[in-house]
Amino acid sequence: MIKQKACAGTLESSDIYVEIAPAAAGSGIRLNLTSVVMQQFGDQIESVIRQTLDQLDVKDAELTVSDRGAVDCTIRARVETAVCRGKGEE
Amino acid sequence: MRRSMLFLPGNSPNILLNADFLGSDSIILDLEDAVAPTEKDAARILVRNAITSLGYTREVIVRINPVESPYWQKDLREIIPVKPDMIMPTKVGCAADVKVVSDYITQLEKEFGMEEGGVKMIPLIETAMGVENAYEIASADPRVTAIFLGGEDFTADMRCKRTKEGTEIFYARSRMVLAARAAGVDVYDTPWTDVEDYDGLIEDAKFAKSLGFTGKSSISPRHIPFINEVFSPTEEEIQYARDVFDCIEKAKAEGKGVVSLHGKMIDAPIVARARQVLEAAEAIRGGK
Amino acid sequence: MSKLVKDIKEAIRLSGLKDGMTISFHHHLRNGDMVAVMVLDAICELGIKDLNVNISSIFDTHAPFIEYIRDGVITGIETDYMGGVVGRAVSEGILEKPVTFRTHGGRPSDIIRGASPIDVAFIAAPTADCMGNCTGKTGPSACGSLGYAFADAMYAGKSVVITDNLVDYPLVDYSISEEYIDYVVTVDKIGEPSGIVSGTTKITKDPVGLVIADYAARAIDASGLLVDGFSFQTGAGGASLAAAKYLKDIMIRKNVKGSYGLGGITSYMVDMLQSGCFKALYDVQCFDLGAVESIRTNPCHMEVSGAHYASPTAKSSAVDSLDVVILGATEIDTDFNVNVHTDSNGYIMGGSGGHSDTAAGAKMSIIVAPLSRARLPIVVDKVLCKSTPGNTIDVLVTQRGIAVNPKRPELAERFREANLPVVDIHDLKEMAEKLNGVPKKPQLGDRVVANVLYRDGSLLDTIREVPAR
Repeated sequence: MIKQKACAGTLESSDIYVEIAPAAAGSGIRLNLTSVVMQQFGDQIESVIRQTLDQLDVKDAELTVSDRGAVDCTIRARVETAVCRGKGEE
Repeated sequence: MRRSMLFLPGNSPNILLNADFLGSDSIILDLEDAVAPTEKDAARILVRNAITSLGYTREVIVRINPVESPYWQKDLREIIPVKPDMIMPTKVGCAADVKVVSDYITQLEKEFGMEEGGVKMIPLIETAMGVENAYEIASADPRVTAIFLGGEDFTADMRCKRTKEGTEIFYARSRMVLAARAAGVDVYDTPWTDVEDYDGLIEDAKFAKSLGFTGKSSISPRHIPFINEVFSPTEEEIQYARDVFDCIEKAKAEGKGVVSLHGKMIDAPIVARARQVLEAAEAIRGGK
Repeated sequence: MSKLVKDIKEAIRLSGLKDGMTISFHHHLRNGDMVAVMVLDAICELGIKDLNVNISSIFDTHAPFIEYIRDGVITGIETDYMGGVVGRAVSEGILEKPVTFRTHGGRPSDIIRGASPIDVAFIAAPTADCMGNCTGKTGPSACGSLGYAFADAMYAGKSVVITDNLVDYPLVDYSISEEYIDYVVTVDKIGEPSGIVSGTTKITKDPVGLVIADYAARAIDASGLLVDGFSFQTGAGGASLAAAKYLKDIMIRKNVKGSYGLGGITSYMVDMLQSGCFKALYDVQCFDLGAVESIRTNPCHMEVSGAHYASPTAKSSAVDSLDVVILGATEIDTDFNVNVHTDSNGYIMGGSGGHSDTAAGAKMSIIVAPLSRARLPIVVDKVLCKSTPGNTIDVLVTQRGIAVNPKRPELAERFREANLPVVDIHDLKEMAEKLNGVPKKPQLGDRVVANVLYRDGSLLDTIREVPAR
C-alpha cells in the first residue's frame, strides 16, 4: 500500500527518476512515462516497471517516471526504492 | 589475484554498469562515504541489483557503513543474499568489531539458506586503535582474508598531517603488514589521493610493495594500470623463479642434496618466494 | 578611400543582393555569433527572399533561421554542421529543398573550384580596418583563427566585413587581406563572448571516458607512428582531450618530438606545443581562450585556411600529412562507417566538420566512444547516416576493448603485442546488447531532408525526414 508521495533515482544519464503517489484502491497503476530512448526501449521499460510493482504487491499507484537510458536492473532498483519510501518502510 | 582494488560510488548507475571494465582486479562498491545519508536505501538496492544482473567477472567487495551507524545491518541484509565475494566493514578498531559483523553475516547466511562462511571480509583499519589492534583484527575470524589500511582517516585520528611522502603512516603501514603476515592474511595499502600525480603514485606503490603489501587500493581508474604493474612480478623475477625450480629438478635427478643457483644456495625461503612469483604470474595470465 | 559604409542594409544594397542568390557566413563565433541573424534581419527588412545560405556551421544561436525558413527568406541551406535546434526543424521537414552537407575540406574545395558559388559573403571580423584587412586574434569578440572564412572572402562575388572593433589602417597581423573585401560595416557587437569560446575546455572526469582515453593513448603509442615528426589532431570531446593529455605524458616520457598539431585547437594542444611535443600548431578554429591567446602571441601557432586544412582538391592540405586523428561518433556500424550527423532517433544534431577529411588523410584514424550511451549501443548493424566511410576508419576504442578495421591487420597485431584488448567489432555490439537489450529501430519517413556530400563532392548518403509524433 503506497501511503505517501515518494521519489527515487536521478535525472543523470543511465539513471531513471521515479515519483510514486498513493491512489484509491481498485484504481490500478497509472503510469506516465517519458524516456530518452522511448522509441527504442519504451515498451520494455514500461513492462519492467509494471512487473516490479507487481512483485512488490503494489496494485494501486500513480507514477511519473522520467528515464535517462537506465538498464533493467536500475529501473527495478529505483522503482523498488520509490515503493519502499512510499510505503514508509525506510 | 588481487593487486588493485578500485573504489566506486554505490549509487551511480553508469559507474556500476561499467565497474567491471575499469581495469582493477577487485571493485569496491561503496555504500559508505560515497553515498549521502538520504540515499543509503537507494544505493544498497541498486548495488544488490547490479551484483545480481550485471555478471561481474572481477572480485566484488561491498563497503558497508560503520557498526555505530544505523545502516550496516540493512546494508548486509540487502547485500549478503546476492553473495558478494567480500564485505568491507569500516572503522574497525578491534576483534569484537569484526565479530559482530561476521556473526550477523552468519545469521543472514542461515536465514537465506546459504553456505556459511562463504562471504569473506576485508576490514578497513583507519584508526589508531585499529592499527594498534591490527593483529587481533586480522586473526579475529576465518572470514577475514585480508586487512586494509585507510590512511586519510587514520592520520586524522592521529592528529597529524597526511603528506605525499607518507612518513606519518610509515609505522602504521609496517605494523599492518606485520600483523597481516603473522595472521596469514593479505594486506592492502591506502589509496594515492593525487589523481594527476602518476610518478608519485608509482613511487608510493613501489614503497608499499617493498614493505610487503599485497596490493593497493585506488580512487581513480587512471591509477589502476600503474598499481597492477608495480604489484605484478617482473619478467626477471619470473625467470629467476623458473630457474629455481629447474635447478631443483636437475639436482633431484642427479641425486644432489644441496642445490645452488648462480653460486647461491637455494633454501626453503627462496623456494617459497619462487612459488609465490610463479603463482602470481599464472594468476595474472589467467585474468583473475 | 574607405570601404566603410553606414550600415548592413547599405552594404547589402551595394552588393547587389537579389532574390534567389547565395549568401555565406563562417562559424568562428560559434554559439556566440550574432552576425548571421543580424544580416538576415536586414535582408528581411529589405524584402529580399528565396536565399540560399552557405554557412560553415549552424549553432543553436541561429534558431531564428527557422522563422526565416518559414517566411521564405531562406529556401536553401548548405553547411558542414548543424546543431540540434535547427537540425530538429530540418528533420521535421521545414525546408522544401534538402540541405546540402559538406565537410570542412569539401566546402572550400567546392567554393574554389566553382561547384558552390557564393554571391555575397558576410564576414564577421573581431578586428578590421577601414579597407577590410581583418583578424580574429584581437578585439572584444576575439575568436582566434578565421580559417573557414578565407575561401568565402576570396571567391564570393562581393565580400562584406562586419566588425565591432574598427582600428586605424593598416591592421597589423591581418588574417584576411583587403584585396578581397568590398565593404566594411561597423556594428555595436558581433558576438556574445561567452558563446564564442569557452573559458576552458574540460577533460572528462567520467571514469569510463578516462579508460577509453588511456586505451587510445596506448594504442597510438603501440601503432609505430609515435616517433619524431609525429603529427596529430584530436576533437574537443572530453575523452578525446583526456587522450591528448595522456599522449602528451607518453611523448614527454619517451622524448618524442612531434612535427605539428592540427585542427580545431584547444588549450590541451597549446600545452603540448609549449611542452615541446610539436614544432607548430596549424589552427583552423580556436575552441577556448587558451588557444586564442596562443595564436595571438606564439608565432609557432599558425592560422590555416579551411582549404589548407583539409581541401581534397588543393595541391596538398595539412590532413594529407597527418599521422593520427582522434574522432568521436554517435554511431558506428560493423563496417566501421560512422554517423556524426543524426542522433539515434534520426534527428540532425551535428555534421561532418573535419571528420571525414581527417579520417581520409590520417595514417591512423581512431574513434573514441563508450560501448553504449544511455542504453544505446554505439555499434550498430547499419548507421542511420553514413558521415564518414568505414574504409577510412581504422580503430574504434571503447572501454570494453579496441576494434580494428580488418583491413589493418598489422595494427591489430601491434596492439596485441602491447597487451591492449583487441576485440572484434561484432563482439562489441553483442556485449552492448547483452547489457542494454536490443534497441528497436526508429521510424523514418521517405522524404529526403538532407544530402550528405563526401569531401570530393560525391553523394555519400541522404538523411530522411523524422515523422512528427
